[in-house]
Amino acid sequence: MVTELFSSGHTACVGCGQALGARLVVETTGPNVIIANATGCLEVFTSRYPESAWGVPWIHSLFQNAAAVASGVEAALRIKGKLDQVRVISQGGDGATADIGMASLSGMFDRGHDILYVCYDNEAYMNTGVQRSGLTPFDSRTTTSPAGKKSFGNPRPKKNIPEIANAHNVPYVATASVAFPKDLQKKVKKALSIRGPKYLQIFVPCPLGWRHDPGLTYEIAKLVVETGLYPILEYQDGKLISLKTIEAAKPVDEYLKLQGRYAHLFTERGKGEIAKIQAIADSNIKKYSLLKESKEVQKKMMEEKPSEEKIFTTAELSKCDGKDGRPAYFAYKGKVYDITGSDRWADGTHYNMHFAGSDLTEALVEAPHGDEVFERFKIIGVLKM
Amino acid sequence: MIIPVTSKPRTSKANKTGTWRSGKKPHFIQKECIACRLCVMVCPEGCISGDKKCTYISDYKYCKGCGNCVAVCPVADIEMVKEEWWRETIS
Amino acid sequence: MRQYLEGSHAVAQIVRLCKAQVISAYPITPQTHIVESLAQMVADGELNAEFINVESEHSAASVVQGASATGVRTYTATTSQGLLYMIEVLYSIAGLRLPVILTCANRAVSSPINIWNDHQDSVTARDAGWLQFYAENNQEACDLHLMAYRLAEDHNIMLPVMVCMDGYILTHAYEVVDLPEQSQVDKFLPDFKPVHCLNPDEPISMGVLMGPESYTETRYAIHQTMMDALNVIPGIADEFEQVFGRKVNCLIEKYRLEDATQVFVAMGSMVGTIKEVIDGLREDGQKVGLLKIIAHRPFPKKIVYEALKNAREIAVLEKAVSLGEEGPLFSDVKSAFCGHGNQPKISGFVLGLGGRDITKKSILEVQDTLAGAQVDVKFIDLKI
Repeated sequence: MVTELFSSGHTACVGCGQALGARLVVETTGPNVIIANATGCLEVFTSRYPESAWGVPWIHSLFQNAAAVASGVEAALRIKGKLDQVRVISQGGDGATADIGMASLSGMFDRGHDILYVCYDNEAYMNTGVQRSGLTPFDSRTTTSPAGKKSFGNPRPKKNIPEIANAHNVPYVATASVAFPKDLQKKVKKALSIRGPKYLQIFVPCPLGWRHDPGLTYEIAKLVVETGLYPILEYQDGKLISLKTIEAAKPVDEYLKLQGRYAHLFTERGKGEIAKIQAIADSNIKKYSLLKESKEVQKKMMEEKPSEEKIFTTAELSKCDGKDGRPAYFAYKGKVYDITGSDRWADGTHYNMHFAGSDLTEALVEAPHGDEVFERFKIIGVLKM
Repeated sequence: MIIPVTSKPRTSKANKTGTWRSGKKPHFIQKECIACRLCVMVCPEGCISGDKKCTYISDYKYCKGCGNCVAVCPVADIEMVKEEWWRETIS
Repeated sequence: MRQYLEGSHAVAQIVRLCKAQVISAYPITPQTHIVESLAQMVADGELNAEFINVESEHSAASVVQGASATGVRTYTATTSQGLLYMIEVLYSIAGLRLPVILTCANRAVSSPINIWNDHQDSVTARDAGWLQFYAENNQEACDLHLMAYRLAEDHNIMLPVMVCMDGYILTHAYEVVDLPEQSQVDKFLPDFKPVHCLNPDEPISMGVLMGPESYTETRYAIHQTMMDALNVIPGIADEFEQVFGRKVNCLIEKYRLEDATQVFVAMGSMVGTIKEVIDGLREDGQKVGLLKIIAHRPFPKKIVYEALKNAREIAVLEKAVSLGEEGPLFSDVKSAFCGHGNQPKISGFVLGLGGRDITKKSILEVQDTLAGAQVDVKFIDLKI
C-alpha cells in the first residue's frame, strides 16, 4: 500500500468517510494516473494552497465538469500515445455527479472514454453546508430539505445512478462502501483492467453532515449495507457479476438511530416514516436478491460443479456451528470445510466476525488473508445449491 | 508573469492535524494484534503504519482521534484513551 | 497559396496547419462549418487529432481545458449562447494559464433568439483574462489564428486567445485568402511546450483552493501579462511578416488617419463598409479617417490615444451595448483620453445588432449625428 499518493495533513473532518474512500482509491490506482476532481469537500480539503495531499497529478476546474475535463485529459493522453501507461480518474461528490454534473458524466459515458469515474456518495452537498442533492435519501434531513412541523425531510428517493450508467452501456459499474475496503480496492483494480468508461459509486459517511460520532464511520458504512439500504453490486457489460449478500437483514432502525439526520423519525409522528424506509430496504433486498439464502444468487456465485461427496443443505450446515460440542464446518465456494477444534474457531466464531455453520465465500473478500489458509482444513463435503 | 495556481505534491504534510485532537487518542496496546491491517485500511488520515504483529501505531502528528481504528480492530487491541494535551505526543 | 474559400473553411485550414491535437466543440450556428470542416479532416486523416463531440459548450471548453493541461495543443469554437454557457470555463482556463484557442463566430444573444451577427457575445467575455482579437475580413481571421497560437503558447504570455469573426458575414462569406504552407507554419509556430502540465513524473495539483492571502496575486499576474502582451505582440507580428511575407496588424490599423479631424473607431467586418464610406467622403474633400481596433483585450490604450489625439470628433461604432450604460468600446476609447489634457468630442453609436445590415447610409447617419452634440449612446437605424 502506497500512502504517499494521498498524504496526511489534509483538512477533512475527523472521521471523514470521503477522505477514507479517496485514499483507498488512489492507493489502489498507483502513481500512473491523472485525476480530474470536481469542486466539493474532497477538492477543498486536499488542495488548500500551498498544501496538497495529492501525490499524483491532479486538476480541479469547476463543479459540473470533472467528467468533461477528464475526457480532455484522456483525449490528450490518447493522441500522445500514453493511454497505456497513464490512466484517467474523474471524481466528485454526489451533487457533482448526479445533479450539476449529470450531463457531462453522460457525455463521458456516451463517448466511451477510458475513464474511471468515482462518485463519493455522502448523500448531500456537504461542502456548502449539507444541502439536499439528488442522492439524498428519503426522509434524510438537510438544510434545504429540513424536518419540521410540515416535513419529514427529503421527500424523494435517491436517483439510481448505477442504473443510469448501465443504461449507457458502459463496460463496468459498481457500488461499494468504505466499510468493505478490500472489496472497494478490488473493484478499482477490476475497473482499471477494463478499457472504456467505468462508474464506481462509494458510500462514504459524513460525521458532520449526518450528525454522527466520528468513530462510527466504519460501523455506519457497514450497517447501511447490512440493512439492504445500499446494495453493493458489480456489473460488467450490464450483467450483474457480483453482489454482497446479507446473512440476515438488520432492521433499518439500527442504522438510522446512529445519525442525527434521522433523529426526527424517532418520535411518535416519525414511526410511520421508518416503516417506509424499511420498505425501501426490503424492496432492494427483493430486487437484487440480497439475502444469502437466495438460490439464484448462490447459483451465480458458484464456480464448481457438485461432486460425489456428502451433500450438505444450508440447513444442515447451519447446525454445524461448533457450539455445545457440535462440529464446526463452513462452506467456501461450494465446498464444506471442517474446522472443528481449530484454535481460531473457538466456540464456532472467528474473531467475533464470522460464524461456523455458514457460507463464508463472500466474507473472504474482506479478510486479511487469502484462501490459502484453508489448505490445512479438510474438505468433507459440498454445499447443495 | 505567471503565478501558477498549482501546489507541489504531498505538501499537506506540513499541516500537523494531530493538533485537532480534543481529549482522546487511540492507544495501540500491541498485545493481541494479528497484523490484519484493518486499522491501516480504515484510517481516513492514512497515518497508521506497521509491519509485523504488534507493530502498528498511529502517527500522532496527524491522527485526528476519530476512533475508527478502535471500532474496526477484530481483537480489540486498540483503545481510546484520555489525552491531556496533544502537545506531548506531537513535539 | 491563394484560395477562394468560405471563411469557416479557411479558419479550419489554419487550425489544421497549426496542428491542433485535441478539438472539441458543440454545434451552434454560425460556427458549425468550422468544426464540420475539421471533423472531415480528422476523418480523412488529413489532421491527426482527437475530435471530441461533446454534449454542451460547457463541456467543449472543459475538454480543451483538460487536454491543454495535459500538454497538447487544442482548439474550440463557439458563439452567442454557447459562449455564454461556457463562460465560467473560460474564466477557469485563463485562471489556470492554459493556451487554448477559441474562435467566436460572433452572433447576437437571446432572448429573443437571433442567429445573426453582432458582438454582444464576445464582449461579455472581455473580463475573463482572454486575449481578444476582431477580424475585419477572412484573411485577417486566418492570420489572427496563426498569431493566436504563437502568442498563447509564448512562455511570457501563456493565456488563452479568442479570435472573433463576424458570424455569417465572415464565416459564411467566400473570399480569396492566402493560406501558408505547412513548412512556413512549422517555422513560425514551434511545438507546444507547456509551462506546467499533468504528468505522473512531476505530479502537481492544478486548480487549487487559494484564499485571500494568495488569490489577488494570480489576478495581478494575468493583468500584468496582458499589459506585457502589448509589447510582445508587435515583435511577433514582425516574425510573422518575415515568415509569411505578409504584414499583419494585431493591435490597431490606421486608415487615412494622418490629417483626419473626424475619426470613426470600430471593430470587425463593419470596418470594410466604413473604409468605403471614408473613401467617398475623402473624394468630397472631407478629412475623415478610421481607427480599426483589432485587439480589444488587452486594450492598446496608449496607441489608441496616440492615433486619435489630433482628431476633433470621434465616433465609436459598435455592435454591442452594455445595457443601462453605453457601448463597451466607447467606454474603452473614452478612457484612453483619461489623464491627458485634451478631450475631443467622443460619441458612442450602437448599430448592427441582431444582424441588422450596416450600410453606407448607416455610417452617414453616424457622421451626421457626430456633427451635433455629444452623445453617449445613439442607436443607429432604429425603427422607433
